[in-house]
Amino acid sequence: MTMSLGPYASFIVTSYAAAALVVMILIGWIVLDYRSQTERLRELDRSGVTRRSGRGATDTP
Amino acid sequence: MTLIDLANPTRFLALTARVLPWLVAATVILLTIGLYQSALAPDDYQQGATVKIMFIHVPNAWLSMFVWGVMSIASLGTLVWRHPLADVAAKAAAPIGAAFTFLALLTGSLWGRPMWGTYWEWDARLTSVLILFLMYLGLMALWRAVEDPSRAARAAAVLTLVGAINLPIIKFSVDWWNTLHQPASVMRMGGSTLDKSFLIPLLLMAIAFTLLFVTLQLAAMRNEILRRRVRSLQMMQASQRAA
Repeated sequence: MTMSLGPYASFIVTSYAAAALVVMILIGWIVLDYRSQTERLRELDRSGVTRRSGRGATDTP
Repeated sequence: MTLIDLANPTRFLALTARVLPWLVAATVILLTIGLYQSALAPDDYQQGATVKIMFIHVPNAWLSMFVWGVMSIASLGTLVWRHPLADVAAKAAAPIGAAFTFLALLTGSLWGRPMWGTYWEWDARLTSVLILFLMYLGLMALWRAVEDPSRAARAAAVLTLVGAINLPIIKFSVDWWNTLHQPASVMRMGGSTLDKSFLIPLLLMAIAFTLLFVTLQLAAMRNEILRRRVRSLQMMQASQRAA
């Protein structure tokens, strides 16, 4: 199947490419932020800092 | 698990861990179907193939307002009910809403150039959406400027609720003022004016982008809870060292 986008193809392709890029940046930022926070929690855990509940910094129930 | 249980950040983290993989899968599947249907949609008799920009522009435009609506409800949660996750939700949503609003402006501009002959016009719809984008940026700056999260939350909640006045202005701007932007064609009294061949891919893309928002929002809320946990543990560590 071929798709003809006509004389304004560059506008259409740029729109979809920009949307893909922005969504990828958003996903990348959230994933990297998660890794950074969990790494900092692990470091705190290793240094012996625990939550008031007594659970480790990275524990979930 | 009841709704009140989710007020506990630790339980919320556990729920997020279970739900996120399913949400990611559902988003990818729906986005794939939506993009495929968008590619198959016929050219418009007036706009030609540029109508395909609609399938990406309209979901982003809807979400730009929807996310501010979510933040407004979360702000009420902060100010009225003092829900522990309300300000986490509001803070997490701001950059996501800003990204959707930026995309709505950018794709609208790229659609406007071939159809209207201009990338930008200072009319009511475009200007009010630009103001929404600037408000998102202002809100993000406010969160970063105030160090104490609870003080930042209250200030951001007030700003968010004041900013919500812009939502009906955006929605009805095309009816109240002369504008290049077309009036509502999907959510309007008397039903949609769009043909099914355009309406179905548009709704699929709208649902897919909404699922994308929910997925990103839950992941960003999880990050924010972890960030606050890091902050409180670092403060605890600092006070232990000082003692």
